[in-house]
Amino acid sequence: MTADSTTDLGLPGLRSGTEGVPTVLEGDQPQTGKDFTSDQEVRWCPGCGDYAVLKAVQGFLPDLGLRRENIVFVSGIGCSSRFPYYLDTYGMHSIHGRAPSIATGIATAREDLSVWVVTGDGDALSIGGNHLIHALRRNVNMTILLFNNRIYGLTKGQYSPTSEPGKVTKSTPMGSVDHPFNPVSLALGAEASFVARTIDSDRKHLTAVLSAAAAHRGTSFVEIYQNCPIFNDGAFDAIKNPDTKADAIIPLVHGEQVRFGALDADGRGTKALTRDRSSGGVKVVEVSEVDDADILVHDAHNADPSTAFAISRLTDSGYLNQSPIGIFRQVERPTYDDQARAQITTAQAAATGDPTSRLAELISAGDTWTVV
Amino acid sequence: MTQPTKQVKQLDRVIIRFAGDSGDGMQLTGDRFTQESAVFGNDLMTLPNFPAEIRAPQGTLPGVSSFQVHFADHDILTAGDAPDVLVAMNPAGLRANLGDLPKGATIIVDTHDFTARNLAKAGYTANPLEGDDLSEFAVHPVDLTGMTVAAVKEFGLSRKDAARAKNMFALGLLSWMYGRPTESTTAFLTKRFAKVPDIRDANITAFKSGWNFGETTETFIVRYEIKPAPMSAGTYRNITGNLALAYGLIAGGVQSGLPVFLGSYPITPASDILHELSKHKSFGVTTFQAEDEIAGVGAAIGASFAGSLGVTTTSGPGVALKSEAIGLAVMTELPLLVVDVQRGGPSTGLPTKTEQADLLQAMFGRNGEAPVPIVAPQSPGDCFDAAVEAVRIAITYRTPVMLLSDGYLANGSEPWRIPDIADLPAIDPDFATELNHGDGEDAEFWPYERDAETLARPWAIPGTPGLEHRIGGLEKGDGHGNISYDPGNHDFMVRTRQAKVDRIADSLPPLAVDDPTGDAKVLVLGWGSTYGPIGAGVRRVRKAGYKVAQAHLRHLNPFPNDLGDILKSYDKVLVPEMNLGQLSLLLRAKFLVDVIGYNEVRGLPLKAAVLADVIGGLVAEAEGIEVDLTPAPTPAATPADKPADKEELA
Repeated sequence: MTADSTTDLGLPGLRSGTEGVPTVLEGDQPQTGKDFTSDQEVRWCPGCGDYAVLKAVQGFLPDLGLRRENIVFVSGIGCSSRFPYYLDTYGMHSIHGRAPSIATGIATAREDLSVWVVTGDGDALSIGGNHLIHALRRNVNMTILLFNNRIYGLTKGQYSPTSEPGKVTKSTPMGSVDHPFNPVSLALGAEASFVARTIDSDRKHLTAVLSAAAAHRGTSFVEIYQNCPIFNDGAFDAIKNPDTKADAIIPLVHGEQVRFGALDADGRGTKALTRDRSSGGVKVVEVSEVDDADILVHDAHNADPSTAFAISRLTDSGYLNQSPIGIFRQVERPTYDDQARAQITTAQAAATGDPTSRLAELISAGDTWTVV
Repeated sequence: MTQPTKQVKQLDRVIIRFAGDSGDGMQLTGDRFTQESAVFGNDLMTLPNFPAEIRAPQGTLPGVSSFQVHFADHDILTAGDAPDVLVAMNPAGLRANLGDLPKGATIIVDTHDFTARNLAKAGYTANPLEGDDLSEFAVHPVDLTGMTVAAVKEFGLSRKDAARAKNMFALGLLSWMYGRPTESTTAFLTKRFAKVPDIRDANITAFKSGWNFGETTETFIVRYEIKPAPMSAGTYRNITGNLALAYGLIAGGVQSGLPVFLGSYPITPASDILHELSKHKSFGVTTFQAEDEIAGVGAAIGASFAGSLGVTTTSGPGVALKSEAIGLAVMTELPLLVVDVQRGGPSTGLPTKTEQADLLQAMFGRNGEAPVPIVAPQSPGDCFDAAVEAVRIAITYRTPVMLLSDGYLANGSEPWRIPDIADLPAIDPDFATELNHGDGEDAEFWPYERDAETLARPWAIPGTPGLEHRIGGLEKGDGHGNISYDPGNHDFMVRTRQAKVDRIADSLPPLAVDDPTGDAKVLVLGWGSTYGPIGAGVRRVRKAGYKVAQAHLRHLNPFPNDLGDILKSYDKVLVPEMNLGQLSLLLRAKFLVDVIGYNEVRGLPLKAAVLADVIGGLVAEAEGIEVDLTPAPTPAATPADKPADKEELA
């Protein structure tokens, strides 16, 4: 083989994220959140942000209209990874960091399943970092919910790969000297086709983002800011506190100007993002100081991820005082699993005869001789 | 020119080794000679041996690649201890292999590369073809390269490209010498180089020229005839272990009706299974080349959860990485096949050499009590049956299964009687479709409610309404399968998982013991690819008039139910292994039998002659007799230029 040995893959057409998954039939009892609630007692700490996400997911899943038995939740290890036990769907609570690889097997093997991964900042970005980036680049049809509480909860309070530099924890008594990952930047760098960020406490926004993620065909990556009341309480206070959140949250809405901060007379934010010509990035400006035409209009569908990446850099890597929230990127490109299945379909269509006779033919191919 | 009169001598078997630089095409040459011999009807075994480097420095000892083929007019079991004929394409090929040759062996040397520079690269200070160094051998110095270049002149190739066809010239010469049929090689070259007619024609011409050279030259006055071997009726083909294993996996898919899902990361010497399976999408086989070993097994577990036959293929270092995930499959009780094509270890070890040192890793290499059934093939063709058996166990018992092949089986080949598909076992995945616990309105699906006979749990795949359930790596409550930290439950579940694996033994046939007289005092017990050398060693001892029994384990976990009694019925049990005594350790622990190990870890198959000596020594001890293994001379079958030391006899 040489470097130019490539072939036209005959890419299949682009489709919805849930196409191929059986839906609830007309006349069936409509599914409710209760249908998706398992009989297991939820065992997160009181006040944990995971409860809010679970409630939102249980409430939102019926709206997808998919058959419950065709939904699979896979998780790794960590507090959030207990999630599948509390949903009455098919589920696997697997091993640390490996959920994306297991989900890849499920999603590739079965077109008729809606596959979800629940993971945390340690699970997805530390021990499972490799699987995460490869799932994103392959664009396997699944939705990854990354619960980011910026701390290790289940092992009782060590710093995580998203903890701020200098963080004092059990394993870093003099402060962490690790530089954190920005999960959204990482996902964009891996060329993820759907990248979003939302907040556990904003159910409306959370549900809207999850709906868009489920509808997207390919790997949908959703970072969910989630408060850990035991080991990292208040990590997201700036974006949750009514007094500060207007300045802290930079809302991203496709096709709209990126504006935030205190509202003007028209009810629009007095701060905005513009291109920063000196750095090639984006910067925060006062609306009053720039031309309206210079204000960045968010384009999640831009094939070039550069601007989305630039916006993602506005997230504080230290204590979180500012963060863009919403769908950073949503572009269509062929998925690994669709293409893998298409190759099998093509090969099967070209084959004649039943599998048994084809197997007999296969094993007796080539140079043979007969002894009588 | 008058044709010299050629003598024809009858031989019962010959071992030829082709050796040259990694880029000289020795593997291809050996493979073609093997195919010709297979089509001719000889029994055969092969041993490819090549460096881990793709192109080690040209002309050096580390860059030597060789291919040994043993072919005979009778049933043989090994690729042979020592070559009767060495074809050396350069000084390094000669030097690296000379030590393996018995006195009187034939050496055919391409003199073209015996330049001062190449001699120095191989570590020679003087040309060995000119002194007395090779006086114990029948040496035929031939300018193979020069004659090849002259023969293919008409095709206008560069000198380098022309010289590259020298391996086909050598193949042609050897094919003449041993009366091999040439049609399959001509057809092969025609197909292989269909897109480059010049190269195609040059190779075919070189091949024919080599044949004609043998026919006309006075250098070689003897041709040899090795009659076809009597084999049981059937259709045969030559097959390597990796190919047979890949076919076995496809067969497992067909017999179970499940799509095969292979999650794999390339690793020597297992990659050929990935390559082969990737060609068979028409059987519904999905091959996923993962980002690492862990993702390979992870995806396979996911596919199994979704109702496919999940398979992962690797070698020892890969198994180490997959261990935690295999534990997950033990806990979740999902079917999974882990194929370990063993190579020399530890760590990166000897990637292209063979070893059997992963048995204990397969057995115990996981945290907690995590029993995994182990199946091992004993010959290249047997990899097919072993794979089907591993699939049967994985699906029937809902468990990961370790299939332990090795580098010798993977790349070695032998004639394989093509099985009748109708003789393969039917494997029923028996998916759960209904609630299995309680009645009426209280009826539920319990994912860990077990089959009374096999202790297997139900396999309910996503898409089955009403059977939604969650599994995972945390300890399961008996029956209902919810998380349980109850001490008594954990103790029960640990024992139950072990009992499930132990019960597999109830489905196995009694262990076949080959003890012709029924009163041997010494038993030789092996597993895996040592089957051939052990069998050949045992034959040698028997031929010399002594009694010895042989048995070979396909199942390493659980052991066959009758193994303990069999071991105890012999005075001495010899366990030869290509490790430091891993099966010995298990046997001693399980049966309190003081087995005797014979252990070598040289990256090469055991030698039959060495084993025969070891067995002979034990027979002498056990029976209190003198043992002399020198076989009675059989002059008719022993040509003058061939050593009388015969490892195997019909």
